[in-house]
Amino acid sequence: MSSHGHRTIRMFNVLHISCLEDVHTSVSWAAERPLLSVHIFTPEIRNVAGRKYLSLWREITGSTLVTMSKRRSLTEAQCVSLAQKLLRERLCHQKLPDRPLALDSQYKHLLELLRRTAVHGESNSVLIVGPRGSGKTMLLGCVLRELMSLKEAQKNVLLVELNGLLQTDDKIALKEITRQLHLENVVGDKVFGSFAENLAFLLEALKKGDKSSSRPVVFVLDEFDLFAHHKNQTLLYNLLDVSQSAQTPVAVLGLTCRLDVLELLEKRVKSRFSHRQIHLFSSLSFAQYVDAVRSQLSLPPDFPDPKFSDAWNHSVTKLCEEKSVEEILRRHFNSSKDFRSLHSLLFLSVSRVSVSHSTLHEADLLEASRLISADSKAIILHGLSILELCLIIAMKHLNDTYDGEPFNFQMVHNEFKKFIQRKSHSIHKFEKPVVMKAFEHLLQLELVRPVDSGVCKVQREYQLMRLMLEHGQVMEALQRYPQCPTDVKQWALSAFA
Amino acid sequence: MVSTPLSKWKLAAITSAPCGAYMNYAEGLMASNIPTSPQETAVDFQEMGLQDKLLRKPTNQSITRMSVTLQCPGYPEDTLRSLAERLPCRETQLATLLALMGQPDQYSYPSVFIYGHRATGKSHVVLSIMKDLELPHASVDCVECVSSGLLFHQVLSAFFGPDAAALLPRCPSLSDFVRLYKQMSSNSPATQTRYIILDRAERMRDMDFSLLPALLRLQELVNDNVTVILLSEIVWEKFRPNTGCFEPLLFHFPDYSKAELVQILSWDHHPSYTPELYASYINILLGVFFSVCRDLRELRHLAVLNFSKFCEPLEKGEAKESDIHKLWKNIEPHLQRAMQTVYLREVSSVQWEQQQMDEKEATTLRVLSAHAHIELPYYSKFLLIAAYLASFNPARTDRRFFLKSHGKIRKTNFLKKHEKTSNHLLGPKPFPLDRLMAIFYSVVDSRVAPTASIFSQISSLVTLQLLSQVGHDDQLDSPKYKCSVSLDFILAISRTVGFDVVKYLYDFL
Repeated sequence: MSSHGHRTIRMFNVLHISCLEDVHTSVSWAAERPLLSVHIFTPEIRNVAGRKYLSLWREITGSTLVTMSKRRSLTEAQCVSLAQKLLRERLCHQKLPDRPLALDSQYKHLLELLRRTAVHGESNSVLIVGPRGSGKTMLLGCVLRELMSLKEAQKNVLLVELNGLLQTDDKIALKEITRQLHLENVVGDKVFGSFAENLAFLLEALKKGDKSSSRPVVFVLDEFDLFAHHKNQTLLYNLLDVSQSAQTPVAVLGLTCRLDVLELLEKRVKSRFSHRQIHLFSSLSFAQYVDAVRSQLSLPPDFPDPKFSDAWNHSVTKLCEEKSVEEILRRHFNSSKDFRSLHSLLFLSVSRVSVSHSTLHEADLLEASRLISADSKAIILHGLSILELCLIIAMKHLNDTYDGEPFNFQMVHNEFKKFIQRKSHSIHKFEKPVVMKAFEHLLQLELVRPVDSGVCKVQREYQLMRLMLEHGQVMEALQRYPQCPTDVKQWALSAFA
Repeated sequence: MVSTPLSKWKLAAITSAPCGAYMNYAEGLMASNIPTSPQETAVDFQEMGLQDKLLRKPTNQSITRMSVTLQCPGYPEDTLRSLAERLPCRETQLATLLALMGQPDQYSYPSVFIYGHRATGKSHVVLSIMKDLELPHASVDCVECVSSGLLFHQVLSAFFGPDAAALLPRCPSLSDFVRLYKQMSSNSPATQTRYIILDRAERMRDMDFSLLPALLRLQELVNDNVTVILLSEIVWEKFRPNTGCFEPLLFHFPDYSKAELVQILSWDHHPSYTPELYASYINILLGVFFSVCRDLRELRHLAVLNFSKFCEPLEKGEAKESDIHKLWKNIEPHLQRAMQTVYLREVSSVQWEQQQMDEKEATTLRVLSAHAHIELPYYSKFLLIAAYLASFNPARTDRRFFLKSHGKIRKTNFLKKHEKTSNHLLGPKPFPLDRLMAIFYSVVDSRVAPTASIFSQISSLVTLQLLSQVGHDDQLDSPKYKCSVSLDFILAISRTVGFDVVKYLYDFL
């Protein structure tokens, strides 16, 4: 009896058959043993011939339980592409995680609040405050998902999602609210005197026929601080007013990245707000961070090919224990703890996985980290011509000599001429218009900016400018500049021009 | 004199589409599609012993890069190979982009920001990928979109057809766009990743403040498989809004090295000459221009313009193709002159062409710049000189310069303390009309009466923008002026009237 495809697990006496030819041979073998279940992993079992074999099997072995598994063995390429698909969805935030990491208390708080609105009809307002990428939208998504799974909430609760970037005006916001509550027909062509009237009409229309209480509405205001810039803050005022006056159970949730968002609100709006804030400051330790990396990169247990996913998860665990990877992660952890930057790092590494390169290596992470932490201005300096580089060095010298005071093109040209006359042998003299064109190129790249950015009555050569690069950036760029002439380098390094 | 095939080729080259389409043009010209390797041209040049520092080591990178196979499942292999061949020196970037994009049905990162210098092939590579692999994309040039409504219109019509775009209201807001997009994509969900390519994205900073942050997170706002690719010259730090936004993936297109430029420019060699000759011509051109300009478009334009002059000795039979030194001696002064004129667009390309055809000996080029060939009347010249002196000399030094007897003035007053305070570096200062007239009378040797003709000459100088009026327009009493010409111009003018202006300038004491 071949050992291919036959594995007996001692405890449960399960027989795995992966090839149809083995069914025959297995029949006699199985007849002698008491089997609890037989798993058949063959694709052919689903056709007519396969089912015939199954019935034959049942006859012979009597009371043996046979389960047909729909699993198929996938090729390596398919596995890799499926893994990529899953990981990409996760890292591009298309799928909400089951539970947000390290945000348990905030999760419970928010869920409790929303439950009280949805089930008990209590009006609430809360602000979720946290830096960019800390998981505000994700937290809200998870909470809403759980809320909607409650039976009472599912039937009653209405959700209105507004975004400060899209609804830049109160009128637009009101139209959007009408649309999301599906009340366009009800409103029709009515003309309202004020915002408050309109909103009251909408909320009145939501009252159910028989009950006196109306359906609870959850308003989610993304980029809450942008709503505070609208005229008179009417939308905020009216929403918070409704949430205080207890006519309809309304929950107003604001998500914002500004810590000082309350300063932006007017006094009358601030007084109607319940001052409940949920802060999402990441309190992860480094060990938890590495753990999070591992869990983000691991394939879920329901992956169709368990062998591949086991090997993958194993390699991910090994990767997270390596010294160099730990260094990379620590560098990222020290600069920002939020998940979004982590996801961009992981996305770059995962995108390098392909059929020929089917597991993650540390080189991938290293390359991704290098791409993310590159200094873009220094990279741009790499592509300048020699003349432009000399102009930048001249500006650096002017900054050093005159302590950062603004300069104009004439001064830069003067410095450059001094260098050409005294120290340079490789760079010959260029005409002033040619140097001016190089200077204008630097202006277009915004490496140099005029001090008063506006239409100036001063001639171009005399307009005051500032250099938008630092001493260190210029020196670093010089080190990496391809085939930089030595006299230029020496000029840059000299303290006095 | 110039053979017809050459002029036809040049016409095609000059009027060809911008850099992005140079490959199509080159394909049409070239018989074989294997460019000369940089090693051969470097060896040629070693024989000449020129001063230019050319790349003497063979570049291994360019050769090994050709053999990088693009492994991207989900796209047909032969298309990928032909795509790689059409994008020389950009294979690594192509591979990384394709890796980022992934298979068509997979999600890609919501926004990607590609930056790099001008003419490094950003738009060319991205658009070639989109067209060859036939991916659903909407390509928008932000310079064309004066209002955001135009951008929305283009995106919707590219993805969902013109009927969808027609549903946009008159002045669509971002909210309308997102709502319509969601509506359309629920009717026809994306089976493949859709791409929105925004070229010259630095213009988006001047549009609505919420447009850029919203487009960066468009994938989550419309809940669809869409990726926004931004292409720009300017680094990402200058785009970031005040309160932050969704950070895109940053991706850099490096500039071309000298060897790569030679390789790419050698692709459009003229059919009647050998590729080696053209490659050596390109090397000479780069020797003159590389330290000033690395923009592929400019270099290509200059190469095309000057090639006929380069081939002149060959046409006349004075030199053979291997006489690189003679050819270099012929073309090098011409290229230097080109740097003063055509490169600066002082002369139009057509004029430059005509120069080459007409002149036999090197005559001075008539430049377009208005200031160069201006003819002023005698007194106007002196008025201009007086204005220059008034602008660049401090008022307290007028006594010393312009009085016949200025008595004993202590020399220490005139010691320049700091170089920075040199007026030539700070710019011209405004002066009242009276001061101008005083200096004028002192500077002009003959006796001049203050008639209206003199004053009207001042007005015409203002019209010519040699002087500029400072201050309010209705100050008829004592108008103030400023001189806006350069030192070289004034030196030229004063030479024509025989006046030594340097003697009277405070900065040159």
